[in-house]
Amino acid sequence: MSTTTIDAIQQTDRPQYVRLTIVAVITLGLLYAAFQLYMIAQPVFGALLLALAVGFGIVFGSNRLYNSRFIFPGVATVMLFVAFPVIYTIYLGFTNYSSFNLLTYERSVEILTSRGTVDASTEQPFAVSPDGDGYRIWLPQSGLLSDTVYLTEDLEEATLSPANAPDVLLEARDAIKLRAGLQTLTLTTPDGVAIQNSGLRTFASLTPDYLRLDDDTLERTADGARLVADHSTGFFMTEAGEQVPPGWRVNIGWQNFERVFTSKGIRGPMVEIFVWTVVFAGLSVVFTFAVGLLLAVILQWPHLRFKPLYRILLILPYAVPSFISILVFRGLFNQNFGEINLILEALFGIRPEWFTNGNLARTMILIVNTWLGYPYMMLLAMGFLQAVPEDHKRAAALEGASAARVFFRITLPQILPPFLPLLIASFAFNFNNMVLVLLLTRGLPDITGTVLPAGQTDILASFTYRIAFGFSSSEFGLAGAITLLIFLVVAAISYANFVAMRKGAERRAAK
Amino acid sequence: MIVERPRDLLVKKVLAHGFLILFLTVIMFPFLMIVSISFREGNFTIGDLIPRDPTLEHWYLAFGLDYTRADGTVVNPPYPVILWMWNSIKLGLMAAVGVLVISTISAYAFSRIRFRGRTGLLDALFIIQMFPTTLALIALYAIFDSMGEVSPSLGIDSHVSVVLVYWSGVVLHIWTLKGYFDGIDTALDKAAAIDGATPWQTFRFVFLPLAVPMMAVVFVLVFIGAINDYPIASVLIRSEDQMTLAVGSRLYLNEFKYLWGDFAAAAILSGLPITVVFLIAQKYLVSGLSDGAVKG
Repeated sequence: MSTTTIDAIQQTDRPQYVRLTIVAVITLGLLYAAFQLYMIAQPVFGALLLALAVGFGIVFGSNRLYNSRFIFPGVATVMLFVAFPVIYTIYLGFTNYSSFNLLTYERSVEILTSRGTVDASTEQPFAVSPDGDGYRIWLPQSGLLSDTVYLTEDLEEATLSPANAPDVLLEARDAIKLRAGLQTLTLTTPDGVAIQNSGLRTFASLTPDYLRLDDDTLERTADGARLVADHSTGFFMTEAGEQVPPGWRVNIGWQNFERVFTSKGIRGPMVEIFVWTVVFAGLSVVFTFAVGLLLAVILQWPHLRFKPLYRILLILPYAVPSFISILVFRGLFNQNFGEINLILEALFGIRPEWFTNGNLARTMILIVNTWLGYPYMMLLAMGFLQAVPEDHKRAAALEGASAARVFFRITLPQILPPFLPLLIASFAFNFNNMVLVLLLTRGLPDITGTVLPAGQTDILASFTYRIAFGFSSSEFGLAGAITLLIFLVVAAISYANFVAMRKGAERRAAK
Repeated sequence: MIVERPRDLLVKKVLAHGFLILFLTVIMFPFLMIVSISFREGNFTIGDLIPRDPTLEHWYLAFGLDYTRADGTVVNPPYPVILWMWNSIKLGLMAAVGVLVISTISAYAFSRIRFRGRTGLLDALFIIQMFPTTLALIALYAIFDSMGEVSPSLGIDSHVSVVLVYWSGVVLHIWTLKGYFDGIDTALDKAAAIDGATPWQTFRFVFLPLAVPMMAVVFVLVFIGAINDYPIASVLIRSEDQMTLAVGSRLYLNEFKYLWGDFAAAAILSGLPITVVFLIAQKYLVSGLSDGAVKG
């Protein structure tokens, strides 16, 4: 039975118009933000916010949709911050979004047309005159005085008009202190010529480098070359085929995917990284599960004393924030200054190269991940072990079965099915365990002969992270394409988990 | 294992304790080491596991205080650890409160209120929760980069953006809380309905007080998850004074500026409070965790 039979009309404790006013104000605020986004040429984000505003207005404004008010916040959050970014990432995979093609078309044009070259032959001295909170610029040679300017570091424009010399002028060294503000100032003479600060004491006229002829064509003033916007590559091109940066974002269809599958320098490391990702996630689950289960079995032994103490100490690695533990290991494993190599050298006279040898780096990552992950498995296993009926074990022991045999034939088969969804979830978690890789090795050591930065300990997620946010160039589009491939794998894993959960639910229902 | 001879039992006990103690020694090694390093002079291994001339230099620096060495040189703190800690706690609290509000209301709706498309929505949420937000980082960066042009407080390098992304973790907790609400007797809401309560009043005065223990679990889990996040914060935060602990701590172990000793003190200082919170809450957390949550 549900409670929806109660009608919303009962809500009379607060007048209707108060709620409607609040709803209207919030809706208008959202609509304004949507409009702003549309104005800066982000129609997709604008539309999304528009949908949010309309949805909010309808759900909270209408009485008939009273029940939907409870579900709206959750659904809106998931749509905005999970579903939309996922879809948008896939969309970016089909664009050339990167550090070379970062902007929208309008912004690229704006940047090109705002560039100018100072004409040294028109240089004339200037002086600054204080005026209330701001300043006026005085050009003695042409007898022009500017409107009040504030000389902040933001772009500023002002017009000049003929006037008499102002009474108070700043000393030259005080004017120099305002240099940062002067450099972002553009003054317009009565004839319409733009002049800018061109030196410590001078202003000079500015010739724009590019003139906009029509929507898609620019003219370069230096050599009169015509630049045509190429909307398939996202660059302005001269007739000679020269690309003029900055570029803008355009759709390039399947090109990123073609690069991934055909370029040897990408496909090779991708395959290697994919295999390592699966091996890493699989072995992490196996090791943490084995160690956790073993400890849980020992802790469940009725004859053991000091159980609470052991339990607390054993879950410590789980209680300490993982980013701290990972960085601690990064230091301890350090080749030259690390304490682990110090001990190994004292005992065996060896200094393993944990960070430069691929296999050792992979071993190290697995050691650290087992250390981090076994307490979680141990806690879960302790719960599941309690559910195994004691008399089954007793019967087997009376028949003369050894403890190990009892464990593998009676206990393990009983706890494995309920454990399965959690193991799959753990696999999925480790498949994308970026924090570990980024903080411990950053994917290093590098795989040789690659086009992109790719490391031997990189997993797919950290590989895309480095493509998008690495030190060299940022290839967001390509990273988006690879992320789509990860999404497919994750979808397969989640489906497997879904099936496992259903089966588990059926089994419980059958009991 | 049930009928055992006393001598066998003794041998087994010794073996079990021996194994556990040996295992714990290996597990505790990093903790003991980091404590020792935080009191050791300098930032490099000098060949001693136990410091010969213990110094408080690293601890002074971790607390943001200048330290004067015996020879008179003054060392300044390399990074604002306390500020980072405050940033982390602030983000963690804002994330936890937001997630708690959204997930409690949604979980109540999914558990008690009938509306069209309920089963479909639940299945969709189950699939969606499998996609970690960290995979959509590129899109999130692009989104907040553009939002910054509308208002800097929603752009890159703003804490608001980071918290909004942390809110995306609600799905998992909707599931946890929905399971909890499902276990509450429907007689309670019927009784409330007969007394004339609206669904909102039922939620506010019947369900919310009952859910407090489970909400505490969700709160702590989200808080710890936010503190532990590295990828999201590292992409959305740029300037040093906006950084969280997870992003900032990494700077200590830079190849060109390796501050191992300073890091050790800062790590203990920042790790200890969170560890204590976790250990106090762990009894209650375990039940929440086994419902499918994976610590991130």
